[in-house]
Amino acid sequence: MNEFVETLLSLDWHDPADTKRAYEVVIIGAGGHGLATAYYLATRHGITNVLVVERSYIGSGNSGRNTTIIRANYGIPESVRFYQHSVDLYSTLETETDCWIMHETKGLMWLAHTESGMRAERSRALINSQCGTDTVVISPEEAKDLCPQLDVSGGGRYPVRGGSYHPGGSTARHDRVVWAYAQGAMKHGVHILQNTEVIGLDRNANGAVCGVKTPSGTIGAGIVMSAVGGRATTVANMADVRLPIRTHALQAFVTNGYAQGFGPILSSTELLTYVSQTARGQMLIGAEFDPQPTYSTQTSFEMLQSVSTKVAVLLPFLRNLRIMRQWTGICDISADFSPIMGATGVDGLCISTGWGTWGFKAIPAGGEQMADYIANGRPSAMIAPFSLTRFAADHPMADQGSTGTR
Amino acid sequence: MTEITCPNCGARPIEEYRFGGEFPAVPESVIGDEARNVDYVWFFNNHDGPSTERWFHDAGCRRWLTLHRDTHTDRAI
Repeated sequence: MNEFVETLLSLDWHDPADTKRAYEVVIIGAGGHGLATAYYLATRHGITNVLVVERSYIGSGNSGRNTTIIRANYGIPESVRFYQHSVDLYSTLETETDCWIMHETKGLMWLAHTESGMRAERSRALINSQCGTDTVVISPEEAKDLCPQLDVSGGGRYPVRGGSYHPGGSTARHDRVVWAYAQGAMKHGVHILQNTEVIGLDRNANGAVCGVKTPSGTIGAGIVMSAVGGRATTVANMADVRLPIRTHALQAFVTNGYAQGFGPILSSTELLTYVSQTARGQMLIGAEFDPQPTYSTQTSFEMLQSVSTKVAVLLPFLRNLRIMRQWTGICDISADFSPIMGATGVDGLCISTGWGTWGFKAIPAGGEQMADYIANGRPSAMIAPFSLTRFAADHPMADQGSTGTR
Repeated sequence: MTEITCPNCGARPIEEYRFGGEFPAVPESVIGDEARNVDYVWFFNNHDGPSTERWFHDAGCRRWLTLHRDTHTDRAI
Protein backbone atom coordinates (compact mmCIF):
# COMPACT_ATOMS: atom_id res chain seq x y z
CA MET A 1 0.00 0.00 0.00
CA ASN A 2 1.06 3.58 -0.50
CA GLU A 3 -0.44 6.96 0.32
CA PHE A 4 -2.17 7.18 -3.06
CA VAL A 5 -4.06 3.94 -2.50
CA GLU A 6 -4.72 4.55 1.18
CA THR A 7 -6.38 7.85 0.48
CA LEU A 8 -8.63 6.55 -2.31
CA LEU A 9 -12.11 7.90 -1.95
CA SER A 10 -14.99 5.57 -1.36
CA LEU A 11 -17.88 6.69 -3.51
CA ASP A 12 -21.44 6.31 -2.24
CA TRP A 13 -23.23 5.06 -5.35
CA HIS A 14 -27.00 4.88 -5.51
CA ASP A 15 -28.57 1.62 -6.65
CA PRO A 16 -29.20 1.99 -10.45
CA ALA A 17 -32.58 0.29 -9.83
CA ASP A 18 -33.60 3.35 -7.78
CA THR A 19 -33.19 5.67 -10.78
CA LYS A 20 -36.30 7.82 -10.97
CA ARG A 21 -38.44 8.30 -14.08
CA ALA A 22 -37.88 12.04 -14.11
CA TYR A 23 -35.46 14.60 -12.65
CA GLU A 24 -35.38 18.36 -12.42
CA VAL A 25 -32.00 18.41 -14.20
CA VAL A 26 -30.40 15.70 -16.36
CA ILE A 27 -26.73 16.16 -17.26
CA ILE A 28 -25.30 14.10 -20.13
CA GLY A 29 -21.67 13.17 -19.49
CA ALA A 30 -20.09 12.38 -16.12
CA GLY A 31 -16.75 14.00 -16.76
CA GLY A 32 -15.35 16.89 -14.80
CA HIS A 33 -17.71 19.50 -16.21
CA GLY A 34 -20.89 17.43 -15.83
CA LEU A 35 -20.08 16.34 -12.28
CA ALA A 36 -18.92 19.80 -11.20
CA THR A 37 -22.19 21.26 -12.48
CA ALA A 38 -24.13 18.66 -10.46
CA TYR A 39 -21.98 19.37 -7.41
CA TYR A 40 -22.50 23.15 -7.57
CA LEU A 41 -26.23 22.75 -8.28
CA ALA A 42 -26.48 20.74 -5.05
CA THR A 43 -24.16 22.80 -2.86
CA ARG A 44 -24.75 26.35 -4.12
CA HIS A 45 -28.36 26.24 -5.23
CA GLY A 46 -29.91 23.38 -3.22
CA ILE A 47 -31.00 21.60 -6.43
CA THR A 48 -30.42 17.91 -5.69
CA ASN A 49 -33.04 16.29 -7.93
CA VAL A 50 -30.29 15.80 -10.51
CA LEU A 51 -29.18 12.84 -12.65
CA VAL A 52 -25.83 12.58 -14.43
CA VAL A 53 -25.84 9.94 -17.21
CA GLU A 54 -22.61 8.50 -18.53
CA ARG A 55 -22.11 6.05 -21.41
CA SER A 56 -19.01 4.53 -19.78
CA TYR A 57 -17.57 5.16 -16.29
CA ILE A 58 -17.07 8.53 -14.59
CA GLY A 59 -14.08 10.46 -15.93
CA SER A 60 -13.59 7.98 -18.78
CA GLY A 61 -13.40 10.69 -21.43
CA ASN A 62 -11.13 13.68 -21.61
CA SER A 63 -11.23 14.22 -17.84
CA GLY A 64 -9.00 11.17 -17.63
CA ARG A 65 -6.88 11.93 -20.70
CA ASN A 66 -5.47 15.40 -20.19
CA THR A 67 -2.16 16.75 -18.93
CA THR A 68 -3.68 18.12 -15.67
CA ILE A 69 -2.35 21.66 -16.07
CA ILE A 70 -4.22 24.49 -14.35
CA ARG A 71 -3.43 28.05 -15.42
CA ALA A 72 -5.03 31.40 -16.19
CA ASN A 73 -2.51 33.09 -18.51
CA TYR A 74 -4.92 33.48 -21.42
CA GLY A 75 -4.92 36.07 -24.17
CA ILE A 76 -8.23 37.94 -23.96
CA PRO A 77 -9.72 39.67 -20.87
CA GLU A 78 -12.92 37.57 -20.71
CA SER A 79 -10.90 34.33 -20.74
CA VAL A 80 -8.32 35.55 -18.23
CA ARG A 81 -11.04 36.45 -15.71
CA PHE A 82 -12.88 33.17 -16.22
CA TYR A 83 -9.79 30.96 -15.90
CA GLN A 84 -8.44 32.96 -12.96
CA HIS A 85 -11.72 32.24 -11.17
CA SER A 86 -11.19 28.56 -11.96
CA VAL A 87 -7.61 28.63 -10.63
CA ASP A 88 -8.94 30.20 -7.41
CA LEU A 89 -11.69 27.57 -7.04
CA TYR A 90 -9.15 24.77 -7.61
CA SER A 91 -6.92 26.09 -4.83
CA THR A 92 -9.74 25.82 -2.28
CA LEU A 93 -11.31 22.62 -3.63
CA GLU A 94 -9.51 20.30 -1.19
CA THR A 95 -10.76 22.22 1.85
CA GLU A 96 -14.23 22.55 0.40
CA THR A 97 -14.77 18.89 -0.55
CA ASP A 98 -12.45 17.36 2.04
CA CYS A 99 -10.92 15.25 -0.75
CA TRP A 100 -7.22 15.20 -1.55
CA ILE A 101 -6.87 16.09 -5.24
CA MET A 102 -3.05 16.38 -5.08
CA HIS A 103 -3.25 20.06 -5.99
CA GLU A 104 0.21 21.56 -6.28
CA THR A 105 1.15 25.10 -7.32
CA LYS A 106 4.31 24.82 -9.42
CA GLY A 107 4.54 27.93 -11.56
CA LEU A 108 4.31 27.80 -15.32
CA MET A 109 6.83 29.04 -17.83
CA TRP A 110 6.06 29.81 -21.46
CA LEU A 111 9.22 30.07 -23.53
CA ALA A 112 9.66 32.08 -26.71
CA HIS A 113 12.32 31.45 -29.34
CA THR A 114 11.80 34.38 -31.69
CA GLU A 115 11.26 38.11 -31.37
CA SER A 116 7.63 37.78 -32.43
CA GLY A 117 7.20 35.07 -29.80
CA MET A 118 8.57 37.47 -27.18
CA ARG A 119 6.15 40.14 -28.34
CA ALA A 120 3.29 37.71 -27.78
CA GLU A 121 4.55 36.91 -24.26
CA ARG A 122 4.91 40.62 -23.40
CA SER A 123 1.37 41.28 -24.55
CA ARG A 124 0.13 38.26 -22.57
CA ALA A 125 1.85 39.50 -19.40
CA LEU A 126 0.28 42.96 -19.81
CA ILE A 127 -3.24 41.64 -20.46
CA ASN A 128 -2.94 39.20 -17.56
CA SER A 129 -1.80 41.79 -15.03
CA GLN A 130 -4.56 44.17 -16.13
CA CYS A 131 -7.12 41.43 -15.49
CA GLY A 132 -5.81 40.39 -12.08
CA THR A 133 -3.64 37.41 -13.05
CA ASP A 134 0.02 37.31 -12.15
CA THR A 135 2.21 36.84 -15.26
CA VAL A 136 5.66 38.42 -15.70
CA VAL A 137 8.13 38.54 -18.58
CA ILE A 138 11.36 36.66 -17.85
CA SER A 139 14.83 36.63 -19.39
CA PRO A 140 16.65 33.43 -20.49
CA GLU A 141 18.74 33.63 -17.28
CA GLU A 142 15.63 33.77 -15.12
CA ALA A 143 14.20 30.83 -17.07
CA LYS A 144 17.39 28.87 -16.34
CA ASP A 145 17.10 29.73 -12.62
CA LEU A 146 13.52 28.49 -12.52
CA CYS A 147 14.39 25.30 -14.42
CA PRO A 148 18.07 24.29 -14.13
CA GLN A 149 17.61 21.40 -16.61
CA LEU A 150 16.71 23.80 -19.41
CA ASP A 151 19.17 24.22 -22.29
CA VAL A 152 18.69 27.92 -23.08
CA SER A 153 20.65 27.55 -26.32
CA GLY A 154 17.87 25.24 -27.50
CA GLY A 155 20.49 22.95 -29.06
CA GLY A 156 21.48 25.91 -31.26
CA ARG A 157 18.26 25.56 -33.17
CA TYR A 158 15.60 26.97 -30.84
CA PRO A 159 17.47 29.45 -28.59
CA VAL A 160 15.38 30.68 -25.66
CA ARG A 161 14.92 34.45 -26.04
CA GLY A 162 12.89 34.67 -22.85
CA GLY A 163 9.29 34.01 -22.01
CA SER A 164 6.57 34.64 -19.51
CA TYR A 165 6.19 33.18 -16.04
CA HIS A 166 2.84 32.53 -14.41
CA PRO A 167 3.41 31.67 -10.71
CA GLY A 168 -0.22 30.49 -10.29
CA GLY A 169 0.28 27.58 -12.73
CA SER A 170 -0.52 24.32 -10.95
CA THR A 171 -1.47 20.69 -11.42
CA ALA A 172 -3.96 18.33 -9.78
CA ARG A 173 -4.61 14.61 -10.15
CA HIS A 174 -7.36 14.39 -12.81
CA ASP A 175 -9.12 11.24 -11.51
CA ARG A 176 -9.26 12.68 -8.02
CA VAL A 177 -10.89 15.88 -9.25
CA VAL A 178 -13.59 13.78 -10.92
CA TRP A 179 -14.06 11.63 -7.80
CA ALA A 180 -14.14 14.67 -5.49
CA TYR A 181 -16.99 16.22 -7.49
CA ALA A 182 -18.79 12.88 -7.91
CA GLN A 183 -18.64 12.12 -4.19
CA GLY A 184 -19.57 15.69 -3.24
CA ALA A 185 -22.59 15.59 -5.54
CA MET A 186 -23.73 12.09 -4.46
CA LYS A 187 -23.44 13.05 -0.78
CA HIS A 188 -26.14 15.63 -1.46
CA GLY A 189 -28.40 13.13 -3.22
CA VAL A 190 -27.43 13.55 -6.87
CA HIS A 191 -27.76 10.32 -8.89
CA ILE A 192 -25.02 9.19 -11.27
CA LEU A 193 -25.90 6.49 -13.78
CA GLN A 194 -22.92 4.85 -15.46
CA ASN A 195 -22.85 2.55 -18.52
CA THR A 196 -25.95 4.22 -19.92
CA GLU A 197 -25.70 5.87 -23.31
CA VAL A 198 -28.08 8.63 -24.32
CA ILE A 199 -29.42 7.58 -27.72
CA GLY A 200 -31.86 10.43 -28.27
CA LEU A 201 -33.55 13.45 -26.76
CA ASP A 202 -37.26 13.45 -25.89
CA ARG A 203 -39.03 16.53 -27.26
CA ASN A 204 -42.54 17.77 -26.50
CA ALA A 205 -45.13 19.22 -28.91
CA ASN A 206 -43.47 22.64 -28.83
CA GLY A 207 -40.10 21.15 -29.77
CA ALA A 208 -38.63 21.71 -26.30
CA VAL A 209 -36.36 19.01 -24.89
CA CYS A 210 -38.11 17.27 -21.98
CA GLY A 211 -36.02 14.16 -21.39
CA VAL A 212 -33.31 11.78 -22.56
CA LYS A 213 -33.77 8.43 -24.27
CA THR A 214 -31.60 5.56 -23.09
CA PRO A 215 -31.63 1.87 -24.07
CA SER A 216 -33.48 1.16 -20.80
CA GLY A 217 -36.18 3.79 -21.33
CA THR A 218 -36.84 7.51 -21.34
CA ILE A 219 -35.93 9.66 -18.35
CA GLY A 220 -37.85 12.93 -18.03
CA ALA A 221 -36.06 16.21 -17.33
CA GLY A 222 -36.98 19.82 -16.59
CA ILE A 223 -33.76 20.81 -18.31
CA VAL A 224 -31.07 18.77 -20.07
CA MET A 225 -27.44 19.84 -20.14
CA SER A 226 -24.95 18.38 -22.59
CA ALA A 227 -21.51 18.14 -21.01
CA VAL A 228 -20.05 15.60 -23.41
CA GLY A 229 -16.57 16.16 -24.84
CA GLY A 230 -15.63 15.11 -28.35
CA ARG A 231 -19.12 13.80 -29.12
CA ALA A 232 -20.82 17.17 -28.49
CA THR A 233 -21.98 17.29 -32.11
CA THR A 234 -23.68 13.88 -31.82
CA VAL A 235 -25.78 15.05 -28.86
CA ALA A 236 -26.52 18.48 -30.40
CA ASN A 237 -27.68 16.78 -33.63
CA MET A 238 -30.36 14.95 -31.59
CA ALA A 239 -32.01 18.37 -31.14
CA ASP A 240 -31.04 19.72 -34.61
CA VAL A 241 -28.57 22.19 -33.10
CA ARG A 242 -25.59 23.14 -35.28
CA LEU A 243 -22.27 23.64 -33.48
CA PRO A 244 -19.04 25.39 -34.46
CA ILE A 245 -17.17 22.35 -33.18
CA ARG A 246 -14.70 20.00 -34.81
CA THR A 247 -13.52 16.87 -33.04
CA HIS A 248 -9.74 16.46 -33.08
CA ALA A 249 -7.48 13.92 -31.40
CA LEU A 250 -4.99 15.17 -28.83
CA GLN A 251 -2.12 12.91 -27.80
CA ALA A 252 0.14 12.91 -24.77
CA PHE A 253 2.64 10.54 -23.19
CA VAL A 254 4.63 9.85 -20.01
CA THR A 255 8.19 8.62 -19.54
CA ASN A 256 9.55 6.42 -16.78
CA GLY A 257 10.42 8.05 -13.48
CA TYR A 258 12.95 10.89 -13.36
CA ALA A 259 14.61 10.70 -9.96
CA GLN A 260 15.50 14.38 -9.72
CA GLY A 261 12.83 16.95 -9.06
CA PHE A 262 11.51 18.93 -11.99
CA GLY A 263 9.87 21.97 -10.43
CA PRO A 264 7.88 24.06 -12.89
CA ILE A 265 5.53 23.38 -15.76
CA LEU A 266 7.48 24.17 -18.90
CA SER A 267 5.89 25.06 -22.17
CA SER A 268 6.90 26.48 -25.51
CA THR A 269 4.18 28.16 -27.52
CA GLU A 270 6.27 28.16 -30.66
CA LEU A 271 7.33 24.51 -30.47
CA LEU A 272 3.80 23.65 -29.26
CA THR A 273 4.81 21.34 -26.47
CA TYR A 274 4.46 21.29 -22.68
CA VAL A 275 6.20 19.30 -19.96
CA SER A 276 5.57 18.70 -16.27
CA GLN A 277 6.43 16.05 -13.70
CA THR A 278 3.71 13.87 -12.20
CA ALA A 279 3.54 13.03 -8.49
CA ARG A 280 5.05 9.63 -9.34
CA GLY A 281 8.06 11.30 -10.95
CA GLN A 282 7.19 10.54 -14.55
CA MET A 283 7.66 13.28 -17.12
CA LEU A 284 4.33 14.13 -18.72
CA ILE A 285 4.59 15.55 -22.22
CA GLY A 286 1.89 16.90 -24.49
CA ALA A 287 1.60 18.68 -27.80
CA GLU A 288 -0.86 20.25 -30.20
CA PHE A 289 -3.94 18.42 -31.47
CA ASP A 290 -3.78 16.39 -34.70
CA PRO A 291 -4.53 18.53 -37.80
CA GLN A 292 -7.46 16.55 -39.23
CA PRO A 293 -10.75 16.01 -37.36
CA THR A 294 -11.30 12.46 -36.13
CA TYR A 295 -13.20 10.45 -33.54
CA SER A 296 -10.49 7.78 -33.46
CA THR A 297 -8.41 7.48 -30.28
CA GLN A 298 -5.57 5.79 -32.16
CA THR A 299 -2.12 7.01 -31.08
CA SER A 300 0.60 7.60 -33.64
CA PHE A 301 4.34 7.09 -33.88
CA GLU A 302 4.63 10.34 -35.88
CA MET A 303 3.48 12.32 -32.87
CA LEU A 304 5.96 10.61 -30.52
CA GLN A 305 8.73 11.28 -33.00
CA SER A 306 8.03 14.96 -33.65
CA VAL A 307 7.29 15.90 -30.04
CA SER A 308 10.25 13.97 -28.60
CA THR A 309 12.58 15.71 -31.03
CA LYS A 310 11.34 19.16 -30.06
CA VAL A 311 11.19 18.62 -26.33
CA ALA A 312 14.58 16.92 -26.04
CA VAL A 313 16.15 20.00 -27.60
CA LEU A 314 14.98 22.11 -24.65
CA LEU A 315 15.45 19.45 -21.96
CA PRO A 316 18.37 17.23 -23.03
CA PHE A 317 17.97 14.91 -19.99
CA LEU A 318 14.78 13.54 -21.55
CA ARG A 319 16.94 11.64 -24.08
CA ASN A 320 17.89 9.22 -21.31
CA LEU A 321 14.31 8.41 -20.36
CA ARG A 322 11.99 5.84 -21.91
CA ILE A 323 8.44 6.47 -23.06
CA MET A 324 6.07 4.33 -21.02
CA ARG A 325 2.53 5.16 -22.10
CA GLN A 326 0.86 7.20 -24.79
CA TRP A 327 -2.83 8.06 -25.00
CA THR A 328 -5.33 10.05 -27.03
CA GLY A 329 -8.45 11.97 -26.20
CA ILE A 330 -10.93 13.40 -28.68
CA CYS A 331 -11.45 17.10 -28.10
CA ASP A 332 -14.31 19.42 -28.99
CA ILE A 333 -12.34 22.24 -30.63
CA SER A 334 -14.46 25.33 -31.25
CA ALA A 335 -14.02 27.61 -34.25
CA ASP A 336 -12.55 30.44 -32.12
CA PHE A 337 -10.71 28.27 -29.55
CA SER A 338 -12.93 29.45 -26.69
CA PRO A 339 -15.61 27.50 -24.80
CA ILE A 340 -19.34 27.67 -25.49
CA MET A 341 -21.63 27.81 -22.45
CA GLY A 342 -25.34 28.39 -22.01
CA ALA A 343 -28.41 28.23 -24.24
CA THR A 344 -28.60 26.25 -27.48
CA GLY A 345 -31.64 27.98 -29.01
CA VAL A 346 -33.76 24.90 -28.19
CA ASP A 347 -35.84 25.18 -24.99
CA GLY A 348 -34.89 22.71 -22.30
CA LEU A 349 -31.38 22.05 -23.67
CA CYS A 350 -28.27 23.90 -22.55
CA ILE A 351 -24.70 23.12 -23.37
CA SER A 352 -21.17 23.32 -22.07
CA THR A 353 -18.79 22.52 -24.91
CA GLY A 354 -15.87 23.80 -26.96
CA TRP A 355 -13.53 22.75 -24.16
CA GLY A 356 -11.00 21.50 -26.68
CA THR A 357 -7.60 21.12 -25.10
CA TRP A 358 -8.33 23.61 -22.27
CA GLY A 359 -11.16 21.89 -20.39
CA PHE A 360 -9.47 20.43 -17.30
CA LYS A 361 -8.39 23.77 -15.86
CA ALA A 362 -11.91 25.12 -16.36
CA ILE A 363 -13.76 22.36 -14.51
CA PRO A 364 -14.56 24.30 -11.28
CA ALA A 365 -15.50 27.59 -12.96
CA GLY A 366 -17.34 25.90 -15.84
CA GLY A 367 -19.34 23.75 -13.42
CA GLU A 368 -20.11 26.62 -11.07
CA GLN A 369 -21.22 28.96 -13.85
CA MET A 370 -23.35 26.32 -15.62
CA ALA A 371 -25.03 25.48 -12.29
CA ASP A 372 -25.71 29.20 -11.90
CA TYR A 373 -27.11 29.31 -15.43
CA ILE A 374 -29.44 26.35 -14.78
CA ALA A 375 -30.61 27.71 -11.41
CA ASN A 376 -31.21 31.29 -12.59
CA GLY A 377 -32.17 30.67 -16.22
CA ARG A 378 -29.72 33.26 -17.55
CA PRO A 379 -25.94 33.38 -17.96
CA SER A 380 -23.81 35.31 -15.48
CA ALA A 381 -21.75 38.27 -16.71
CA MET A 382 -18.72 35.97 -16.60
CA ILE A 383 -20.01 33.47 -19.18
CA ALA A 384 -22.36 35.69 -21.22
CA PRO A 385 -19.57 36.44 -23.77
CA PHE A 386 -19.19 32.67 -24.33
CA SER A 387 -22.72 32.07 -25.63
CA LEU A 388 -23.40 30.08 -28.80
CA THR A 389 -25.08 33.15 -30.33
CA ARG A 390 -21.73 34.98 -30.57
CA PHE A 391 -21.02 33.27 -33.90
CA ALA A 392 -24.16 34.47 -35.68
CA ALA A 393 -23.39 37.93 -34.27
CA ASP A 394 -19.87 37.71 -35.76
CA HIS A 395 -18.28 38.28 -32.38
CA PRO A 396 -15.91 35.33 -31.90
CA MET A 397 -13.74 35.13 -28.77
CA ALA A 398 -10.55 34.27 -30.66
CA ASP A 399 -7.96 33.38 -28.07
CA GLN A 400 -4.36 32.63 -28.99
CA GLY A 401 -3.73 31.73 -25.35
CA SER A 402 -5.52 28.39 -25.71
CA THR A 403 -3.24 25.39 -25.76
CA GLY A 404 -2.29 23.92 -29.09
CA THR A 405 -3.48 26.85 -31.16
CA ARG A 406 -1.39 29.06 -33.34
CA MET B 1 -3.97 8.06 -41.07
CA THR B 2 -0.34 8.39 -42.15
CA GLU B 3 -0.59 8.90 -45.90
CA ILE B 4 -2.98 10.19 -48.54
CA THR B 5 -3.04 9.22 -52.21
CA CYS B 6 -2.86 12.29 -54.43
CA PRO B 7 -4.25 11.84 -57.98
CA ASN B 8 -1.18 13.65 -59.35
CA CYS B 9 1.63 12.53 -57.06
CA GLY B 10 0.53 9.16 -55.67
CA ALA B 11 0.74 8.12 -52.02
CA ARG B 12 2.50 10.75 -49.90
CA PRO B 13 2.87 11.28 -46.15
CA ILE B 14 0.06 13.22 -44.49
CA GLU B 15 2.46 15.97 -43.37
CA GLU B 16 2.55 17.16 -47.00
CA TYR B 17 -1.17 17.96 -46.96
CA ARG B 18 -3.41 20.56 -45.41
CA PHE B 19 -6.95 19.75 -44.29
CA GLY B 20 -9.35 22.03 -46.14
CA GLY B 21 -12.71 21.21 -44.60
CA GLU B 22 -15.85 19.22 -45.24
CA PHE B 23 -17.64 19.23 -48.57
CA PRO B 24 -20.33 20.38 -49.03
CA ALA B 25 -19.97 22.59 -45.99
CA VAL B 26 -23.61 23.61 -45.48
CA PRO B 27 -26.28 20.88 -45.40
CA GLU B 28 -29.60 21.23 -47.27
CA SER B 29 -31.46 21.34 -43.96
CA VAL B 30 -30.17 24.86 -43.23
CA ILE B 31 -32.67 27.24 -44.83
CA GLY B 32 -32.41 30.97 -45.56
CA ASP B 33 -29.54 33.05 -46.95
CA GLU B 34 -28.52 34.55 -43.62
CA ALA B 35 -28.58 31.20 -41.80
CA ARG B 36 -26.63 29.55 -44.63
CA ASN B 37 -24.00 32.29 -44.55
CA VAL B 38 -23.51 31.97 -40.78
CA ASP B 39 -23.36 28.20 -41.14
CA TYR B 40 -20.80 28.41 -43.94
CA VAL B 41 -18.51 30.68 -41.92
CA TRP B 42 -18.73 29.11 -38.47
CA PHE B 43 -20.46 25.73 -38.19
CA PHE B 44 -19.22 22.23 -38.97
CA ASN B 45 -20.96 18.95 -39.75
CA ASN B 46 -18.29 17.14 -37.72
CA HIS B 47 -19.61 13.73 -38.83
CA ASP B 48 -18.67 10.64 -36.86
CA GLY B 49 -18.38 8.36 -39.89
CA PRO B 50 -17.90 8.57 -43.68
CA SER B 51 -17.16 12.15 -44.77
CA THR B 52 -16.25 13.89 -48.00
CA GLU B 53 -13.46 16.39 -47.58
CA ARG B 54 -11.22 18.75 -49.52
CA TRP B 55 -7.47 18.53 -48.92
CA PHE B 56 -4.67 20.67 -50.34
CA HIS B 57 -1.41 19.03 -51.38
CA ASP B 58 0.70 21.80 -49.89
CA ALA B 59 4.19 20.29 -50.23
CA GLY B 60 3.50 18.46 -53.50
CA CYS B 61 1.61 19.46 -56.65
CA ARG B 62 -0.21 22.27 -54.79
CA ARG B 63 -3.61 21.19 -56.07
CA TRP B 64 -6.84 20.46 -54.24
CA LEU B 65 -8.21 16.96 -54.06
CA THR B 66 -11.39 15.35 -52.76
CA LEU B 67 -10.92 12.65 -50.15
CA HIS B 68 -13.46 10.21 -48.75
CA ARG B 69 -12.48 9.51 -45.18
CA ASP B 70 -14.12 7.69 -42.28
CA THR B 71 -13.61 10.05 -39.34
CA HIS B 72 -14.55 7.27 -36.93
CA THR B 73 -11.45 5.28 -37.82
CA ASP B 74 -9.42 8.08 -39.47
CA ARG B 75 -8.93 5.97 -42.63
CA ALA B 76 -9.44 6.87 -46.29
CA ILE B 77 -12.32 4.95 -47.89
